[in-house]
Amino acid sequence: MASHQFDNVDRSGSVSGPPSGGDYALDRSFRGIAWFSAALILALVVYIVVEIGGKAMPAIAEHGLGFLTSTAWNVQTGQFGILPQIWGTLYSSLLALILGGVFGVAIAIFLTQDFLPSRLAMVFRTIIELLAAIPSVVFGLWGIYVLIPLLRPVANWLHANLGGVPFFGTSLSGPGLAPAALVLAIMILPTVASISVDALRQIPYKVKEAAYGMGTTRWEAILKVMLPTASSGILAALVLGFGRALGETMALAMLIGNSNQISLSLFAPANTLAALLASSFPEAGPVEVRALMYAALALLAITLIVNAVGLAVMKFATRKFEAER
Amino acid sequence: MAIRLLLTAALGLAGMVSLAFGQNPAPTPTTAANERVALRGAGATFPAPLYLKWIDVYTKANPNVAIEYQAIGSGEGTKLFLENTVDFGASDAALTDEQIKRAKAGATLVPATAGALVLAYNLPDMEGKLKLSREVYADIFLGKIREWNDPRIQALNPDLKLPKQTIILVARQDSSGTTYALTHHLSAINEAWRKGPGTGKTVDWPGVSMTARGNEGVAGRIKRSWGSLGYVEYGFAKRLGLPMVHLQNKAGAFVEPNLNSGQAALAANVGQIPSNLRVFLPDPEGQDSYPIVTFTWLLLHDQYPDPRKSAALKGFVGWALADGQRYSGDEGYIPLPDGVATLARAAVDRVR
Repeated sequence: MASHQFDNVDRSGSVSGPPSGGDYALDRSFRGIAWFSAALILALVVYIVVEIGGKAMPAIAEHGLGFLTSTAWNVQTGQFGILPQIWGTLYSSLLALILGGVFGVAIAIFLTQDFLPSRLAMVFRTIIELLAAIPSVVFGLWGIYVLIPLLRPVANWLHANLGGVPFFGTSLSGPGLAPAALVLAIMILPTVASISVDALRQIPYKVKEAAYGMGTTRWEAILKVMLPTASSGILAALVLGFGRALGETMALAMLIGNSNQISLSLFAPANTLAALLASSFPEAGPVEVRALMYAALALLAITLIVNAVGLAVMKFATRKFEAER
Repeated sequence: MAIRLLLTAALGLAGMVSLAFGQNPAPTPTTAANERVALRGAGATFPAPLYLKWIDVYTKANPNVAIEYQAIGSGEGTKLFLENTVDFGASDAALTDEQIKRAKAGATLVPATAGALVLAYNLPDMEGKLKLSREVYADIFLGKIREWNDPRIQALNPDLKLPKQTIILVARQDSSGTTYALTHHLSAINEAWRKGPGTGKTVDWPGVSMTARGNEGVAGRIKRSWGSLGYVEYGFAKRLGLPMVHLQNKAGAFVEPNLNSGQAALAANVGQIPSNLRVFLPDPEGQDSYPIVTFTWLLLHDQYPDPRKSAALKGFVGWALADGQRYSGDEGYIPLPDGVATLARAAVDRVR
């Protein structure tokens, strides 16, 4: 070992010295603990996938890929399919991502680009992050008792006057896609906003000064210099937000209406995979549980794909905008 | 959901109450054994409020009997009964011959009460009584009529101001005897329904529909959703103050759902009862008859290994079929016609 060269150094009278046996032990045990923790997390993920996969195996064998493209969910006849749930999951999450993404990034710009005194910006940021601490069931109740009554007249006006547009093809009766997506957007807002703020903060101040020095206006500096430079961080924020939206359960189970139908209408009731799992598990028999496990596996796969795609886009953005930093 | 929770709490409470009473070694008026007997049942949500009332009254009078009833839907209840995991089941769809054959300890079907199945709706801005003809409500469930202001609905209700809103159906998510009763009726009156979705405890709903669990879940969902239309037992709609559709019966009259019209449907049509007590009235005759009524059955095993259990169960069910019937009206159910009740009691007596 390289450390042997220190063994014959005179230690007396010096504050500096070679690492003691205790230091080595500490170092080794810390490394061991770090390895162990990392391995444990990996093992846990693998275990969950294997466990769910194993329980889903009979359903996979029975229904095959048709499970992903069928719209039936009939315990009586044993026909199961999750296409409406996949559709609802992606549709609601995408809507939430668009809304939450736009507002989240806008808030991040507002808080970091000297629009506000820094102390006030901090207060704002803390308030937004507080949103993340509100339990999902509270969001659900707020959606039922506040958001839906607010949304209903608007939605029904749109339906009455623009009913020909597929997005407004039904009226909003109560639970439906629009309130669910709005609540989802609010729920992912803190994630998107706070990570975007961090990404924008990381840009050295001299970059902005250089941009101004080149004669850019404030908006040119923000849109053409700051945002592209922070793009990988902002994309990471969006991917995380989308992932959160995909898996959100309680608020959606309360707001989306549990309908096994595929509709473009924003006001129609729909369903998501997570809401299906939450609402069907408590009273499911063994056959249905296997199908639900298959659905859980599909949700896992969708999340994995979304994260992989997000990672790829992030890499691309880093290459394009940040390579020369 | 809240109502569901409440019901669960009520069940739990009922269980605890009966347990608490069970611990007192009080003298027993009707059952032979002095030790505490615990009975477990599960099934239909349709008659659950009445069953819970019965259990409450009966276990107070007979503290040595503890009865627990879980309202989890006819489908699950039937399954648990056939698997022999509960002492008695409950279903709004009588067992088929094939199911009876599968029952490990035999199956005796006992009609316990009857109820009217109503179409409840939520149109907050509309006053007045909504009437729907046989073709129209079948077409609504078929998804052919999608909006409340459809000309065919308007033609039946010239005085009503129908809104331009989507008709959102609220159906049962779980396997349900209430669904069976409705789809049985629709199959009887409508060719397209018979050939399409058909009769079953769960069906593939063609219209724009939401699903909820249990009668109480459906009623709660209707209460919260504008423009919704769903099917529940009369008592559930009445308790939540939901307006109910006046349906056209076989004789062509539009009938308001209530206990009188339900009773009329039973009285006019329960002439001959098959010995297995499986009576379905998919489309009752009679000028005053409400068109969708169903019996609901208690499922008992033919024999119980524990004689105390069978004695306690026979005591409870026998009482429910006699004195218990007078609670039916208050809870929104139709008391059994005397002929049916007599036959039902005879069936209970045969249980060992």
